[in-house]
Amino acid sequence: MKTITVNEISLKWEENMNINVILKRMNYTFRMLVVKVDGKLIKKHEYESTVVSPGSDVKVIHLISGG
Amino acid sequence: MNINEMKSKHNLLKDFSYELGEIEKGYTNRTLYVNLSNNEIKEKPVTQLMKDKFIGGKGFGLKLLWDATKPDTKWDDPENEIIISPGPIGGITQYAGAGKSLVVSLSPLTDIVIDSNVGGYFGPFLKFAGFDALEIQGKAKSDVIVIIDGKNGTVRIENAPEEAINSHILAEQLTDMYAESENKKNFVSVVSAGLAAENSHIGVLNFSFYDKKRKKVRLKQAGRGGIGSVLRNKKIKAIVAIADGIKPNNVVDIDAIKECGARFNKEIRELDDDQCRMRKEGTAHLVEIMDDYDLLPTNNFKYGSHKDIMNIHSSVWRSKFTQGVFDGCWIGCTMACAKAVDGFELKTGPYKGDKVIVDGPEYETVGGLGSNCGIFDADHIIEANFYCDTYGIDTISFGTLTAFLMECYEAGIISKEITGGLEFTFGNKDAAIELMHQMARGEGFGVIAGLGIRKMKAFFAKEYGADINFLNDIGMENKGLEYSQYVSKESLAQQGGYAMTNKGPQHDEAWLIFMDMVNKQIPTFEDKAEALHYFPMFRTWFGLMGLCKLPWNDVEPANNAETDEPGKVPEHVQNYITIFNAVTGLNIDNKEMIRQSERVYNFQRTFNIRRGYGLRKHDAQPYRAAGPVTSEEYESRSDRYDKQLLENIKVNPEGKTTEEKVAILREYKENMYEQLLDAVYNRRGWTKNGVPTVAHLKDLGMDLPEVLEIVEPLQ
Ligand code: SF4
Repeated sequence: MKTITVNEISLKWEENMNINVILKRMNYTFRMLVVKVDGKLIKKHEYESTVVSPGSDVKVIHLISGG
Repeated sequence: MNINEMKSKHNLLKDFSYELGEIEKGYTNRTLYVNLSNNEIKEKPVTQLMKDKFIGGKGFGLKLLWDATKPDTKWDDPENEIIISPGPIGGITQYAGAGKSLVVSLSPLTDIVIDSNVGGYFGPFLKFAGFDALEIQGKAKSDVIVIIDGKNGTVRIENAPEEAINSHILAEQLTDMYAESENKKNFVSVVSAGLAAENSHIGVLNFSFYDKKRKKVRLKQAGRGGIGSVLRNKKIKAIVAIADGIKPNNVVDIDAIKECGARFNKEIRELDDDQCRMRKEGTAHLVEIMDDYDLLPTNNFKYGSHKDIMNIHSSVWRSKFTQGVFDGCWIGCTMACAKAVDGFELKTGPYKGDKVIVDGPEYETVGGLGSNCGIFDADHIIEANFYCDTYGIDTISFGTLTAFLMECYEAGIISKEITGGLEFTFGNKDAAIELMHQMARGEGFGVIAGLGIRKMKAFFAKEYGADINFLNDIGMENKGLEYSQYVSKESLAQQGGYAMTNKGPQHDEAWLIFMDMVNKQIPTFEDKAEALHYFPMFRTWFGLMGLCKLPWNDVEPANNAETDEPGKVPEHVQNYITIFNAVTGLNIDNKEMIRQSERVYNFQRTFNIRRGYGLRKHDAQPYRAAGPVTSEEYESRSDRYDKQLLENIKVNPEGKTTEEKVAILREYKENMYEQLLDAVYNRRGWTKNGVPTVAHLKDLGMDLPEVLEIVEPLQ
């Protein structure tokens, strides 16, 4: 099975897997995120168009909010 | 009785006149001292040492309280004080969130110092009246109000027998009484508590501001640690501040502050709707997010999510909150998160049938009064929020202690016979609201519950033979303060963020769950310790200044992701440094910012030690904060916990009973926490017992003789 790593968790890779798909699979619903794929920053407007390949290392940094 | 009749019943006990003076570079350079035992009122100078070492806000509160009390002073001794201080930035209107007050006192819940931050207009008005802090000591013989008149330069103590005690009525009465005209009501602010505050240890202070659009008095709470109970114990009905307009802080560089403010306001306008939606939902936007990450406390922190989440989802709050009106709790706060429900019809209690305005609910209130008690009913949460506020009690402590009672009830530790007929099953909203009304009436089981979890645990063990070990595991308190509303089980760093605090488990020191549990950015003990050094110190700084923390990171600049440390929001940190320098004329950088906080933080730790606390054993946490106490809890997330056994502890869960697995996991988690304590103490410059080292205090320039006298024997 081909996989990617998201915040050190192994996730099954899919065809045309873009950032929005990854966020959905991980149930990452928080909105204040910083996304990097193999160290490269992906801006919010690029989430849909950025497709990851097998073996990619994805970091989804959740910032802090609330009281 | 109308307002004039009420006022005619006042009896003047003391009238004190003073020169109004000006604010210079953020300071008035004096504090106001009021003693209710002998009706003494005087001004005290602010020394250079106070400004250098303690800065303002919470720092001033700690210094004044230290000087005023002895190591064995109790919360209800006359010499205990309530100190309110806004800090040097407090009262500016050009940057969002600059109207906070810090309140400091000895807590009835913890027997150590409590500090609580609060919005509303009182802090700025106190400063405009000429004082960097208000220090109230002593006890009145009968109910009084203290009036600080910043228009005429007088401070008065008056007996006030006729006014209400509950805040939503009292704040309105006093606003009407002391406003020169309808148009000037926004220049009156009232500090008050309520009936449940005087009958419990979980009292809050309500700080009012007048909402000109709604023509209503609004209430913000200094919620934690029972300061409202101290207020009522001193027989203070209210403290009133009257301002003669908005006074300038006479800062050194107003243009620099305006530039930061304009940039921040643009971010709010352009980005808030896509980021935290603070202007529409306030902090309630977090409810379903916490549920999605299994962090929303449910049934006394057993679980982190619930199937009925949609009933208390942020969209529900958005529809209940009045939209399109400015909801800032101080002038100039464009983040405007102080949401309110208008025209809410009460279904229970003494005001049943009244249509009222309810401030909030905020996230903590939804978690505390709702999910943590297994209650997923928005109208109940609004009703309970209203009564907590007007009765003057803390929604967080009330929620967490009610959840504790519900678990005790379901576990058979208490029964209907003991509770006077109240059935504390999870989800029983009628029992929860009746408990609150009993607290206000000073009757029945409400009196026992109002003592807080720590005292209830001892009481249940002594009176009903309950297993104290089990109560200690499930009673979500540390240092005597009830936990705020986040599940910390899967974040070791957050366990420290709660239990290694100075005042008790309130998340305002550190919120590290995402950084630790989701992002995995701080994997080692050293990484966690660094975070548990930086964030508590950074966040302490807001409390020295009179600032609200929310504008720091509940919106972020568009390019924040491109910075080296987006989690710190570097541009906003720089704004704060610029503003501090522009107000005071000093020239600090981001390192000195942290050292300013460290001095005060270490002083507070030493204050706790002076009172017989503040050591390693006092940073212990209830096991529920770290892992599953019961088999039921383990089994609810058995995949997760089995995986932890296998991967972290190298123990094969196969063939083991749940009880065995609970015990193995527990030993591991408790050991991890001990290692974290070592790492954090080391990073903070403390001994293994949690005592600040002399060398560290010297390095900080906080080696004051009175501090050394406490810590030296413990090195
Ligand atoms: S962000 Fe919210 S709590 Fe903070 S000052 Fe503004 S309105 Fe008040």
